[in-house]
Amino acid sequence: MAAPYDLNDDGVVVIIGSGAGGGTLGNELAQKGVDVVILEAGARIEYEDFINDEWESFGQLAWGDKRTTSGDWRVARDFPNLPAWIVKAVGGTTTHWAGASLRFQEHEFRTLSHYGKVDGANLLDWPLTLAELEPYYAKAEDKMGVTRTNGIAGLPGNNNFKVLKAGADKLGYKECHTGNMAINSDFRDDRMACQQTGFCFQGCKWGAKWSTLYTEIPKGEATGKLEVRPQSMALKIEHDASGKVTGVLYADKDGNRHLQKARLVCVACNSIESPRLLLNSASAMFPDGLANSSGQVGRNYMRHTTGSVYAVFDKPVHMYRGTTMAGIIRDEARHDPSRGFVGGYELETLSLGLPFMAAFLDPGGWGRSFTSALDNYASMAGLWIVGEDMPQEQNRITLHAEMKDEHGLPIPDVHFDDHPNDAAMRNHAYAQGRALYEAVGAIRTFPTPPYPSTHNLGTNRMSEKASDGVVNKHGQTHDIKNLFVSDGSQFTTGGAENPTLTIVSLAIRQADYIAQEMATGAI
Amino acid sequence: MTTVYEGKRRGLSRRDVLRRGGKVGIGAMLVISGSAVISPQFAWGLETSGLAPEAVATLIQMARDIYPHDHIEDRFYAIAVKSYDERAGKEAAFKEMIEAGVADLDRRAGAGGYRGLGWEDERVDILRQVETTSFFQTVRGGLVTGLYNQKELWPLFGYEGESYSKGGYINRGFDDIEWL
Ligand SMILES: Cc1cc2nc3c(=O)[nH]c(=O)nc-3n(C[C@H](O)[C@H](O)[C@H](O)COP(=O)(O)OP(=O)(O)OC[C@H]3O[C@@H](n4cnc5c(N)ncnc54)[C@H](O)[C@@H]3O)c2cc1C
Ligand code: SF4
Repeated sequence: MAAPYDLNDDGVVVIIGSGAGGGTLGNELAQKGVDVVILEAGARIEYEDFINDEWESFGQLAWGDKRTTSGDWRVARDFPNLPAWIVKAVGGTTTHWAGASLRFQEHEFRTLSHYGKVDGANLLDWPLTLAELEPYYAKAEDKMGVTRTNGIAGLPGNNNFKVLKAGADKLGYKECHTGNMAINSDFRDDRMACQQTGFCFQGCKWGAKWSTLYTEIPKGEATGKLEVRPQSMALKIEHDASGKVTGVLYADKDGNRHLQKARLVCVACNSIESPRLLLNSASAMFPDGLANSSGQVGRNYMRHTTGSVYAVFDKPVHMYRGTTMAGIIRDEARHDPSRGFVGGYELETLSLGLPFMAAFLDPGGWGRSFTSALDNYASMAGLWIVGEDMPQEQNRITLHAEMKDEHGLPIPDVHFDDHPNDAAMRNHAYAQGRALYEAVGAIRTFPTPPYPSTHNLGTNRMSEKASDGVVNKHGQTHDIKNLFVSDGSQFTTGGAENPTLTIVSLAIRQADYIAQEMATGAI
Repeated sequence: MTTVYEGKRRGLSRRDVLRRGGKVGIGAMLVISGSAVISPQFAWGLETSGLAPEAVATLIQMARDIYPHDHIEDRFYAIAVKSYDERAGKEAAFKEMIEAGVADLDRRAGAGGYRGLGWEDERVDILRQVETTSFFQTVRGGLVTGLYNQKELWPLFGYEGESYSKGGYINRGFDDIEWL
């Protein structure tokens, strides 16, 4: 049974956020007998209640609190108050995610040494190697039931995949398959197999796709050591005179404030809210925000170099049927500067329903060039580009100078400028995507701009030295021993791969470290 | 949407409309009768409240010119602009912006007004001139969901919508492509 903890219980570990990072960490700690309270801003919506309707589902789950944008990215023009597409609910963005689960490549942990200095980029090696993370990747893949690992079969290819595969063959790509997906291809872990419903982005109503909402969290609760407190928005992390954190001030659903005491605090609010919370927790002792002696809190915001290519054919495809992202080409993920950029990218199948296609195909677009594309919706195939983008110091989350949220706290501004390397990579990927579809008879192709960020990374980055970043190789802040960061904001660099498998692996590893440090009394 | 009503019998004739005192627009498929915009051809009508029916008819034409789909009936565009009519009834500033925007389109079009221009290209030329105005952007922005989020319209684009209640596509053609 879920254990309710007292507000004054200062023996608990408080985790803020219940998504990929926070939900996993909570369960891992509870399994080790550690008392855990997860504060989650969103409501608890069980998977039966998810909605097979793009806008309705977005209204049900997405983070809609106001944010502002700046910088030269197109999102700032098209969606000025929606920089990111992420979730506010128990389970976090693992409710909306597509399930693509890839390990980083070895060199992606040491980009500065491997790529060399890149002008305007704040590259840095991770204080961690692939070899160190491999055992945790293996645990994460087993936990999440990733296809093509642990003897789990791949998912069957849907129509969209078949078009991708035919094009990949024509272009001579060698590594193309239905992906490493945290989606059951068969009954496993008390969850059923994928029914090819095609609403992975709206939350899987069958529970076939891994989400902390119905895996990690109930498992943790079953130990009697984990309490998840929904509709509890953390406002400020408190500390004592020695500089150790002591608890978290939060607002409940009625706006009433409570202070939950804590032995240790882990921040896992995704890469916009995590730095915002640290910045909003500024005090006389830490005037620039908590854990910010390096000045790097909120900086190096990354979102992957993305974009989509859609193509129309003279015959039907029905790309929206079946698993949204079960299809990948990995040949371009290598680092090969002869292409005109450092790092690499993946090509993955992607489809949007008609309502989202109208909103995202060419935001702001109108007239026949736009509508004739939609007229051919049933004959459309699509892919998504996801590649490594460059960390840049000025790409950052800051506190808005005037605008406040309902709790009176400054809202975040998200600034992003494309690095020339990002643009070069995107253009290369557009050309490859286009060639791929033309090779199988596409009549028209559409290079579609990036959507509001689904991958948000890097704003509390890991570093060897305290002066270069916010946390060490365990996600422990350099400045405050009992304050941790447990989400994608730890990423030193982004890699070409979708981030969640790495977030989960880091959380499992962090749980080992926290339990060990607590046992020895170090924290 | 209850405000778009279907005529009693399909094909309310041009004569029926004229008998009811309606004005038939020049070359247009929509007619104005009292406070309603009527489509004689497809037998539906839209009762307006916040805006003059002429303005609503122009918005319907404008909506089609912005997002032209030849296989989609005016009815769907009418449903999409209905919310502007409703909002105009509640917000004076909004009403003023829409009315001024419509008047501007008519002024730019000359004698017969915006709806009097026979070719889509002629009307689109005018829309390009006002593309950056808040009037145009408000109308266009609202249509993205106002038009494309109408469930009745999805099948006309070959989108099947909700699929959970039908058991997903596992036995309904997720991999039925044959032409590759
Ligand atoms: C449509 C879509 C598709 C995606 N597909 C993939 C994919 O295929 N593969 C992949 O690897 N990744 C994918 N992602 C990205 C993936 O979902 C994220 O990388 C991952 O969920 C991030 O984990 P996190 O723990 O950092 O944050 P989240 O999962 O977003 O969790 C953060 C939680 O913190 C809560 N929170 C925030 N602020 C506060 C506060 N102040 N107080 C209390 N709680 C707070 C939020 O409500 C949220 O529940 C996708 C994302 C989207 C939107
Ligand atoms: S396609 Fe599969 S994983 Fe996606 S929502 Fe449907 S059943 Fe779930």
